[in-house]
Amino acid sequence: MGKLTIGCFASLVGSLNLDFAVKLSAAAIEKGHTVDLWLSGNGTMLSIKDQRPFKDYSHLEKPLKELMAKGLTVTACEACAEARGYNKDVTMEGFKRHSMDWYLASTFSADRVLHIGGE
Amino acid sequence: MATTKLGFIVQRPPYKSENPKLALTHAIATQSVEVYLNEGDTVTADIAFIGDGVLNCKKDQKAMDYYGLTSTEQHIKMALLVDINIWVCKEDVEKFGLSEDDLVLDAEEFGADMTVNVVPYGEISKKMEEMNHLLFF
Repeated sequence: MGKLTIGCFASLVGSLNLDFAVKLSAAAIEKGHTVDLWLSGNGTMLSIKDQRPFKDYSHLEKPLKELMAKGLTVTACEACAEARGYNKDVTMEGFKRHSMDWYLASTFSADRVLHIGGE
Repeated sequence: MATTKLGFIVQRPPYKSENPKLALTHAIATQSVEVYLNEGDTVTADIAFIGDGVLNCKKDQKAMDYYGLTSTEQHIKMALLVDINIWVCKEDVEKFGLSEDDLVLDAEEFGADMTVNVVPYGEISKKMEEMNHLLFF
């Protein structure tokens, strides 16, 4: 089995890039692969807990929690999150927060790196 | 002991999105990546500015004066200071009516030895083939 590192910089609401990244993570984990999901820039919005699911907006908290329970590692850029006021108190349980070097280190052992830019 | 080479390809113009700045800050973060890796292992970053991305390399940016923000130019200089290879597409620079004189080419004031390489696209393409992974910004 392989390791996939996904970096996503797009916001939760505004595009479907994060939805795609989470769905791809799910497909890879389903096949037995290891997945590291890195969120930077506006992508750190995904780390906020208590997202209220409206039908008109992407809401990924539930599938993300299920994936984390299956072994998905999700990490938000700490500086990007703090700059947006997404501090530790509002971070979803199980979400890691690190500096950007964590993402680069994850690529070291990755078989594939998929980088999905921001808006 | 192994090295993973990352190629950061910046195609977007400065200040319209956060992407170019994130490319630079992530690339600069290679400086501390070893804390997560085994001894001798490392990750390197090369940055290529192509298409609209070459506009990030315009010198004399005034982001600090107007927005109170570190300019993309300053980030490029920081990248040079930490010995990151920077490639700029010569053809795309010329398409904007710019020349090397218009670009940030070094960071001498910080004591950086590295300089920006303005080279034909073919050379950038060849460099990127040496990379283990490409990240598009």
